[in-house]
Amino acid sequence: MIRRMNHPAWFFGPYLILFLTFIVVPVIMAITLSFTYFNTIETPEFIGLRNYVELLTRDEIFMQYVLPNTIKFAFIVGPVGYLMSFLLAWILAQIPHRVRTLFAIILYSPSMTAGIAMAVVWRVLFSGDQSGYLNSLMLNWGLIQEPVQFLTSPNYLMNIMIVVSLWASMGVGFLAMLAGILNIDQSLYEAAYIDGMKNRWQEIFYITIPSMKPQMLFGAVMAVVGTFQVGLIGVQLSGANPTPQYAGQLMVNHIEDYGFIRFLMGYASAVSVVLLLMIYGISKVTFNLLGERD
Amino acid sequence: MAKFSGMKINPKKFHRSQIKFYFILIPMAIFMGLPIMFIVSHAFKPLNELFAFPPRFFVRVPTLQNFRDLISLAADSGVPFSRYVFNSLIVTTTGVFLSMLFTSLAAYGLSKLHFRGKKLLFEINTLALMFVPIAVTIPRYITIARLGLIDSYLVLILPLIALPVGLFLVKQFIDQTPNELIESAKIDGASEMQIFLKIIFPIILPAVATVGILSFQLIWNDVIGSTLYVNDESMKTLAFYFATVAQTMPGQAANPVAGQGILAAASLIMFVPNIIMFIFLQNKVMNTMAHSGIK
Repeated sequence: MIRRMNHPAWFFGPYLILFLTFIVVPVIMAITLSFTYFNTIETPEFIGLRNYVELLTRDEIFMQYVLPNTIKFAFIVGPVGYLMSFLLAWILAQIPHRVRTLFAIILYSPSMTAGIAMAVVWRVLFSGDQSGYLNSLMLNWGLIQEPVQFLTSPNYLMNIMIVVSLWASMGVGFLAMLAGILNIDQSLYEAAYIDGMKNRWQEIFYITIPSMKPQMLFGAVMAVVGTFQVGLIGVQLSGANPTPQYAGQLMVNHIEDYGFIRFLMGYASAVSVVLLLMIYGISKVTFNLLGERD
Repeated sequence: MAKFSGMKINPKKFHRSQIKFYFILIPMAIFMGLPIMFIVSHAFKPLNELFAFPPRFFVRVPTLQNFRDLISLAADSGVPFSRYVFNSLIVTTTGVFLSMLFTSLAAYGLSKLHFRGKKLLFEINTLALMFVPIAVTIPRYITIARLGLIDSYLVLILPLIALPVGLFLVKQFIDQTPNELIESAKIDGASEMQIFLKIIFPIILPAVATVGILSFQLIWNDVIGSTLYVNDESMKTLAFYFATVAQTMPGQAANPVAGQGILAAASLIMFVPNIIMFIFLQNKVMNTMAHSGIK
């Protein structure tokens, strides 16, 4: 049987059925909904581009807070997280196997502590009363006179979100890059040194990165998609959607706010289509920066 | 060549030149590891230590009370704790296995087979992974309801198997395998499926293991399935139960601090299988390629 399995359907069949049913069809439905008024109970009513027009011209919260927040957040967490992933993966590749395993587990584990763990740790650490660890420490050292409202004050929320996200940014992209580096043919390095390569920087730029381009690209896509699709953190930290004075409001929170709190699913879908276009555009730019032509 | 001896990827043993790396790694590991230590320590704190002022990082007199509370809370709600564990295990193991298999099969097709619409398929896949999941929740619910899948184990598994990110990752790895390998196998009369199973699969095991890790996290931590697609309380998963505990217990009302201990215990229970799975699979991620025979 296996000896006669040549047709692409053998490879694509199972994946394609599930992919179409549970991903493609719902995505197309969501895109269609973005051209309608849909309150999740009555039948959607077609209204053309009105949601988009509204979003771009009338939605002050979107323009004033959500969009700038999302861009700031993504443009810091994305590149910094990506560089950190690469550097740490590169460093890990140069220490012996056992120690590497230990460090990889420690570095990777934050990205596994999704959901409630996030709320437990960080809310307790940054809690605004004296039982907050950070406040307690700083009061003790005399750095501050009274507890700082880290999580409910608009001044801190965004920065804390950035730190927490960076903390959890050694994810699959990092793993893929680590595997990529370890997979590079050793003899390439030897050959390059014989040909006159002088130092580690040349090594990284002329051998390491070009030899693991697929993993670099994967890491980049993960960084872009991951940072633009973040939404839980701000709400979990501050305990509210919308976040205090919209300080930590990101696109995903805006979608949640409209779709699941105000039940304007058509509008929420329009926001998610705009988000898709942003992610797509930025990924393309990243691909070009990394020199992938296809 | 003196300089060259210092350069070493994947070294066998410790060398003085590696010390500089530890100067970066150790502080990073402390930054990354402390919050995890905190969860562990918090989960075992008795009530008086949770209330203690000034707050203390490490537990003094560890207790299992938080875990006992968590289990008895479940019993009170009518579904035994073990039922949630059982549901989660069934759903996750099936889902992860199928996800790794289907994803790598499809990735081989995308990378090495020739047929019309291949580029388009890859592009759709990439677009799909860029579409924010939360916006698809309601359309997906409608699709699932139309298919009559509500209230079955299948509905907790099926929507999570096709993993566009996984397909993307595995395809990237297969792209790197030399075509000569495949050509020569074909000359020997092997079918595409044989080539995939015998030659390609062992080589891309690191990528497949990464998909396994990813898919495990997704399915094990998934709350949406149990919340929306399943009404029968006895079919819901552990992640769902903990999420309800998190919603009813914490922060807000009566006893915020006591809730913290229980939530930390819940986080720990969710976290441990993740890490076991990771330790189990990471060896594949980090070491297989070196012995794969491409070298």
